[in-house]
Amino acid sequence: MRRTTITAAIATTALLLTACGGGGGGSEETTSPEAGDSETSAEETSAAPEGEEEETVAVRGDEDLVIWTDDVKLDAVTAAAEAFGEANGISVGVQAIVNTRTDFITANEAGNGPDVLVGAHDWIGQLVANGAIDPLQLGADALGGYAERAVSAVTYNGQLYGIPYGVESLVLYCNTAYAPDTYATLDDAIAAGQAAKDAGQVDSALNVAQGVDGDPYNMQPLYTSAGGYLFGLTADGTPDPADLGVGTPEGQAAAAKLAELGSAGSGVLSTAISGDNAIALFADGRAGCLISGPWALGDVTTGLGEDGFTVQPIPGFAGMGPAVPFMGAQAFYVASNGANKSFAQAFVTGTTGGALNSEDTMQILFDNANLPPAMTSVREAAAAADPLVGVFGDAADQAQPMPAIPAMDQVWTPLGQAYAAIIGGADPAGTMTTAGETISAAIASS
Amino acid sequence: MTQILTPTPQRRKDASPRRRHPLAIDARSSGGLVAKIVSLGLVLALAVALTPTLVATANWAFLIMLWAVVAVVVAVYLTGRIVPAKYLLPGVLMLVLFLIYPIILTFQLSTTNYGDGTRSSKEAAVARIVGTSAVQVPDGAVYSLVVGTQGAITTGPFEMLLVDTATEQAYVGSEEEGLTELPADTVTVDAGQITAAEGYTILTRQEQNDLSGAGQPLDGFAVPVNDDTVIKAQGFQAIEMRTPLIYDEAADTITNVDTGVVYTAERAPSGDRSYFVDDAGQRLATQSWSENVGTFNFERIFSDQRITGPFLSILGWTLVFAVGSVGSTFALGLLLAVTLNDTRMRGQRAFRSFLIMPYAIPGFISLMVWAGFWNRDYGLVNDMLGTGIDWFGDATWAKVAVLLTNLWMGFPYMFLICTGALQSIPSDLKEAASIDGATGFGQFRRIVFPLLLVSTAPLLVSSFAFNFNNFNAIQLLTKGGPFSPDNPTAGGTDILISYTYRLAFGSGGSQIGFASAVSVLLFVLTGVLAAIQFRGTRKLEEMN
Repeated sequence: MRRTTITAAIATTALLLTACGGGGGGSEETTSPEAGDSETSAEETSAAPEGEEEETVAVRGDEDLVIWTDDVKLDAVTAAAEAFGEANGISVGVQAIVNTRTDFITANEAGNGPDVLVGAHDWIGQLVANGAIDPLQLGADALGGYAERAVSAVTYNGQLYGIPYGVESLVLYCNTAYAPDTYATLDDAIAAGQAAKDAGQVDSALNVAQGVDGDPYNMQPLYTSAGGYLFGLTADGTPDPADLGVGTPEGQAAAAKLAELGSAGSGVLSTAISGDNAIALFADGRAGCLISGPWALGDVTTGLGEDGFTVQPIPGFAGMGPAVPFMGAQAFYVASNGANKSFAQAFVTGTTGGALNSEDTMQILFDNANLPPAMTSVREAAAAADPLVGVFGDAADQAQPMPAIPAMDQVWTPLGQAYAAIIGGADPAGTMTTAGETISAAIASS
Repeated sequence: MTQILTPTPQRRKDASPRRRHPLAIDARSSGGLVAKIVSLGLVLALAVALTPTLVATANWAFLIMLWAVVAVVVAVYLTGRIVPAKYLLPGVLMLVLFLIYPIILTFQLSTTNYGDGTRSSKEAAVARIVGTSAVQVPDGAVYSLVVGTQGAITTGPFEMLLVDTATEQAYVGSEEEGLTELPADTVTVDAGQITAAEGYTILTRQEQNDLSGAGQPLDGFAVPVNDDTVIKAQGFQAIEMRTPLIYDEAADTITNVDTGVVYTAERAPSGDRSYFVDDAGQRLATQSWSENVGTFNFERIFSDQRITGPFLSILGWTLVFAVGSVGSTFALGLLLAVTLNDTRMRGQRAFRSFLIMPYAIPGFISLMVWAGFWNRDYGLVNDMLGTGIDWFGDATWAKVAVLLTNLWMGFPYMFLICTGALQSIPSDLKEAASIDGATGFGQFRRIVFPLLLVSTAPLLVSSFAFNFNNFNAIQLLTKGGPFSPDNPTAGGTDILISYTYRLAFGSGGSQIGFASAVSVLLFVLTGVLAAIQFRGTRKLEEMN
């Protein structure tokens, strides 16, 4: 009764919140396309043979091992899961879920979630707070084959919660027509782009997606190179919510550097460059350089051609610290409420028989996902064949795992808005101090 | 008025009211009767089919409701005593199911702290906190595992049949008796795994897996080894683990036996949830649990500075947005409708279809395209106007942009209803007016417009209610922004619903209980506003 009630009530609340008064006039038709979309696409795809009936709530399949992921990773996860299924003679089902994280938490709580979840490491904080995933017990030697940063990304409160298979972080793309070299400092890259901008060849020297609300994720390499930090690290290397770096003198100094690049200074950073257009403008040849991740590679290759651009780890500002973007690890997790725990644990932690923690499976995942592998031996082999994989991998190794602690949730919005204001010409020190106070207050009151 | 119809006796007999048994068969109704039996049968079959599931999951309230509905349906359609109910029942049932029931549920939920981190009961949360603190014992043994039983393979009792991967010694482990060595001559070990053991039936991997799910016999199966360590399964291996945490149920505290720190449950500053914390206030875990918080969520709406502070200005803008959207779309729609209603206009049909175009494009796509149009440097609007306005970066311009976009989104609807209403106004009224000497505008002002309002006013009210909560328009255009860094929760174009959405789901995970409380308030607020407006429209009807 209780679970049904709660599920129904959540659906109701969502409905009330998003579509209140949907029966009214005005542009009432606008509500229907979304409802239609989520109904049709929230469901599993071709991978699972049994057709589920269409429902708005994601429903698990009834295979011996059910894995949930999103449609980007579907092919890779399916290939790996099927290899495991064949080796062990069990049926596997991989479902692409649109709102993977939230649907997983809800479904797992209700007892109809999957056995294994695949997703980004920064979900771990929320998943653990909801008791939705189980810690895994693997000795240090069993994890020695993985990039160190990838392992620390999936470790939370001293426990290992996932097995990473891919890593990603921001890199620097440059258009060879205007900025042909690889650059030792970000200033050199900006100068090359600026020359092209001054000559009227491009609209922007360097695209850093910010938008009117700012974007701390894309600003992180610049902010860290200029000396700023978000959270200090505790003795065991995890982010410390008590040590917030936003309003500190270091944070203010970094903001002053960003202000120099904003509208009051050289005008490199602009709130008109947002996540919606940063990649597209660069791929159109309208920007000298771009800060983005491996996900931009497809668009950029299509737009500029194989040889039209270079990729390198983001360099720091001249005479300042290294640029440390956020690192994201994609990982497999064992659901706490799954129906097939034995197979789920065997698949995720096992090293033989098609299980995840092996070179063979990691190779399958890389072949289908084309994400820089977290397992170093697989990455080396891949980098030998495709140097770009090596570049993306190196960049991820230099990056800092994105904090998965709950306090991070309080950072995004105020800090983004502070960045947008500073780019727009607001006083950097005052703005950062205010943002720091807002974030600290939010962390303290949660 | 020339003829008075006198029915023949024959006709009267046919038309006489005659109570027929509802199942009485005659030639005309046999088709309908079959349909009735089939549909009622389906309803019954559905109820019967659902019953075992509801009984199995102890959903007694649903079970009672289900059969009550079935009883009502059967009573109404089979007895023929309550004829009006036949027509009202489907609507009433739908109303209860899709409107009243959700509202009751939402209200129920608004009295809890349900949300991220508070989804489970306290017992479950404590079990999770203690359970997930378990770690492998340093240099502890790792075993290959099969599960065996001396009883039935579905119910047990189960025991772990283990082979130490380092020493290859075989063991049997049970929850009661712990770990016992198995003599080598009683077991067959193949490839490091026990394949046969005297007196035991060994489960296949599939069988073991089927019993390993949440709530199944093998879930949480642990073999005690020493005083404080247990062997637990991980896949088809077993690992010696130890948890440093112990929960004291009587004192409601969790103690870390390694450090001696005692954690007590304490209300967090957020006021709606508790955590286990040490003396210094350091949290043991990020997990909390669901609690009934009474009216706390409602009190929070009226007392939390973050909510009360910007509330009035947001309410003000919400009203401006709703009134402005309805007013501007209605004005433009009406203007176009009146213009195109003039018979002297050429290409009426072409213009009309052209004007409905914005309505034909899915609203979500329109909104996202418009969001791009307003970009300062790369947007269509600034390009065409030759201006450099930072549309979404400045609160006032953002409001203008939102209103203009909503005008584009909404005017075809108003155009459609006005066109329809105009065509239903009898032309003789206008003729009479012009004979009396009214000018074109006078006609419109005194005759056409008031008559138009009679039929369109209720639609304007519902349009107002819709725009009052037009989450899509705000979320897809500005996400409520622009924001100032000192107040990240309230943006320049936030309406109540987008503001609430961010409070409830924006940062720090979902606060569904709190969101429900705000939903209930918004429901009341919208309802009151709509009631007032409908009262106003009644005056128009009296005029007719």
